[in-house]
Amino acid sequence: MDINFTLVAQAIAFLVLIVFTIKFVWPPLLTAIETRQKEIADGLAAGERGRAELEQSSKRAADALAEAKQKAAEILALAEKRATEIVEEAKANAKAEGERIITGAKAEIDQELNRAKEGLRQQVSTLAIAGAEKILRKEIDAKAHAEILTSIAKEL
Amino acid sequence: MATEHALTPSGYIEHHLSFNSYPLQQGSFWSIHVDTLVMSVLLGILAVGLIFWVVRGATSGVPTKRQAFIELLFTFIDDQVKNIYHGDRHKFIAPAALTVFVWVLLMNAMDFLPVDWVAAAASAIGGEHVKWRVVPTSDVNTTFALALTVWLLMILFAIRAKGLGGWIHELFCAPFGSNPIIWPANFLFNLIEYVSKPLSHSLRLFGNMYAGEVIFLLLGLWAATGLTGTVAGAILGAGWSIFHILIVALQAFIFMMLTVVYLAMAEESH
Repeated sequence: MDINFTLVAQAIAFLVLIVFTIKFVWPPLLTAIETRQKEIADGLAAGERGRAELEQSSKRAADALAEAKQKAAEILALAEKRATEIVEEAKANAKAEGERIITGAKAEIDQELNRAKEGLRQQVSTLAIAGAEKILRKEIDAKAHAEILTSIAKEL
Repeated sequence: MATEHALTPSGYIEHHLSFNSYPLQQGSFWSIHVDTLVMSVLLGILAVGLIFWVVRGATSGVPTKRQAFIELLFTFIDDQVKNIYHGDRHKFIAPAALTVFVWVLLMNAMDFLPVDWVAAAASAIGGEHVKWRVVPTSDVNTTFALALTVWLLMILFAIRAKGLGGWIHELFCAPFGSNPIIWPANFLFNLIEYVSKPLSHSLRLFGNMYAGEVIFLLLGLWAATGLTGTVAGAILGAGWSIFHILIVALQAFIFMMLTVVYLAMAEESH
């Protein structure tokens, strides 16, 4: 065990190595590793975010689909209702129209009947006057006896 | 080892455990171990240089296998430091821990080189009597250098964190209390702590690596005694090598952890 100047030389070599490592070896490696760690962490976070977004959007899509389906069903129901309404309306209209036509026809018939009655009455009254003339054998002054004639005609 | 002098066990071991010493000036302190210094500096450049080479092309995107391996090492050290030190570890302690770990690991790993091959290579290159010890951490100079550097850094950290006054105050008033009567006890306690830290830190690594080397040498000696010894020495040598992989890694790890713990403790106030 002889201690000699080697000790000093070795200590110097040691310090030089340490300084070299501190200056040139450690920092770049540390930077590289820390940068990678950060990148990996960021990537994982981004992946997680993407997954959450995907989940959310698929949920939104499902919601939209359900809503659309519901709307379609609503529209269908509405359309059905409207169709029955239209049919009912058409039925009612047809019925009303029919009734109107019937009423009109009835009125016309009544009118025709009345006219026929009137004509008949006129003819009867004329006949009656003609009969009376024949009976009286003289001309009835139509003007003089107009009142009587109308009252007879009315009674017929 | 074909030498002109007889192959004696003590000669063999002495040859393998001698340093390639080069005197700078008069006096036993003023010499350097060329083998230790060259090996450790080469390995230091190799260890840090390899990492630097990979780090220069580092990307924050998909890493290459090379980069992934270095990052594994980085994260391993960083996690260890994170558990012990709660300040800004990236400024000094973590990179220092990385340096200590890879450097000591490589220096320890030199133990796997067969001792006789190294000796033979040294003889072939430099001549008959050139000695070359290939494991820098089995040189007490290396481990003391590392431990004392850490020790000085420790004191520096303590002073930086608490101020010079705070540090001196702690020397006398911790761990037992600030009553002047027990100042000497506190100071003695801290003194023992400050002395024992670098000693245990360095001698643990040195002892393990030195003992490992000696066991390889003893097995090599046994292998030289005949056929039985060769077979037994080879088998046991292989076993010891495999076990030594654990020791090499473990001692490097322990040395690093103690470095981190000492530096972290220096900043904590009692």
